[in-house]
Amino acid sequence: MSLLLEMLTYPFIVRAFVVGILVSLCAALLGVPLVLKRYSMIGDGLSHVSFGALSVALACGWAPLPVSIPVVIVAALLLLRMTERSRIGADAAIAVASASALAIGVTVTSLTTGMTTDVDSYMFGSILAMNRHDVVLSVVLSAAVLLLFVVCYHKLFAITFDESFSRATGVKVGWYNTLLAVLTALTIVLGMRMMGAMLISSLVIFPALTAMRIFKRFRSVVLCAGILSVLCFCVGLTGSYLIGTPVGATVVLINLAAFLLACLLRRLCGGKSA
Amino acid sequence: MEEKTLIACEDATLGYEGRPVWEHLTFSVRSGDYLCIVGENGSGKSTLLKSLLGLLKPLSGKVVLDDSLRCGAIGYLPQQTRAQKDFPATVSEVVLSGFLSARRGRFFYTRQEKAQALMHMGKLGILEIKDCCYRELSGGQQQRVLLARALCAAGELLILDEPVTGLDPSAAQDLYRTLEYLNKKEGIAIVMVTHDIQNALRYAGTILHAGQKQWFCGSTEAYLASPYGKRFGGDRA
Repeated sequence: MSLLLEMLTYPFIVRAFVVGILVSLCAALLGVPLVLKRYSMIGDGLSHVSFGALSVALACGWAPLPVSIPVVIVAALLLLRMTERSRIGADAAIAVASASALAIGVTVTSLTTGMTTDVDSYMFGSILAMNRHDVVLSVVLSAAVLLLFVVCYHKLFAITFDESFSRATGVKVGWYNTLLAVLTALTIVLGMRMMGAMLISSLVIFPALTAMRIFKRFRSVVLCAGILSVLCFCVGLTGSYLIGTPVGATVVLINLAAFLLACLLRRLCGGKSA
Repeated sequence: MEEKTLIACEDATLGYEGRPVWEHLTFSVRSGDYLCIVGENGSGKSTLLKSLLGLLKPLSGKVVLDDSLRCGAIGYLPQQTRAQKDFPATVSEVVLSGFLSARRGRFFYTRQEKAQALMHMGKLGILEIKDCCYRELSGGQQQRVLLARALCAAGELLILDEPVTGLDPSAAQDLYRTLEYLNKKEGIAIVMVTHDIQNALRYAGTILHAGQKQWFCGSTEAYLASPYGKRFGGDRA
């Protein structure tokens, strides 16, 4: 307890806690439909695009967020279209897009400023990266995501479970998919600078996977993913403060531990493997 | 139940991006009908289905749905996707999602809807597994769950897209018998796209055959006597 109080005396840690908790909550909630719809790779692709955009912005001396947010949203919409159009080419397309964005980012950086600590922190995250704007933005973002999940819960379920049926019953599937992609893009841009471009996508995928091991009801899966993600983040951040490891990597490892634990639990309880 | 025309296709040309797949298509589905759509792959069966569901506008002519089917109140049973095979949701969650058509703005399902869902599940013999996880069911049970969901969406017409694909023969027969029951006893009209021509001939009242820019629509007897029927389903006789 005293450790927590000691940590909270640093304003940058308080900001990291607030942004981190909200971002991991959003990422986990959005992650459930994304993982179930086989869009897991979109998160990964987006984080690399976001890295590219941030490095270019940095090299040109522009403000990072106003540049990267529109770029990543456009990328999200494009990736979504690609995934919808051709089922076979989608994973390849995402892989190409993310590698290209990463390459552009690295090349532009080495041509201008060189690999500075800023770029390094985009890659692997930094606890110091959060400022007041990020706090405001993450509060707004998480409010939007929570609102979406509360108001449209049943529609989200229907769309995730069966797009063709939802389309036939007149649900605007395309509109909801776009909304999901945009919110995911925002979550990733926000979370990336703390978690790192290489690691942020795990925040989207891990909680959903873990929750799916444990629960059989969609509602429980969504709730569990959200709670688990926040919990793992808090443990990870505290751990990283204690032993001096990078936040992103620590949080991912905690998530991995939770996932393995869930697998083990399922095995022990004799749940069917499927 | 009063007889009425649920779907009327009037001299419709259907297709994608100006390329017609069906030309001058005229047929109708009335309440209590059992229509099977057969034909080779790529003959436009899914194009027709999309038009019936209102997802594709006809290039010319008209596809008219009865007022009771507007606003998405269509009992549609799509082909299963890979993603559904390991979906974490209970049977009742899936069935209840059938009530969700575009005109509903409410957050929760009403008590009446829940009761109705239970009734449909009972009718299809899946009531005792209502809290089971969808991914742990057999293929036949999964189809029943989706059928119950379709019944929640609409009580007068079911549109099924290759419902027996991937089912073993006994599960397929179960499904056919269930559909026959719904058709005969409950008076629900059935439109089914299928490759299973033998069972289509056995259960359907009307056959719609899709060929290359040609089509045939008529009673099962007329179909068997037609050139299409002789070629396609001839080995039955």
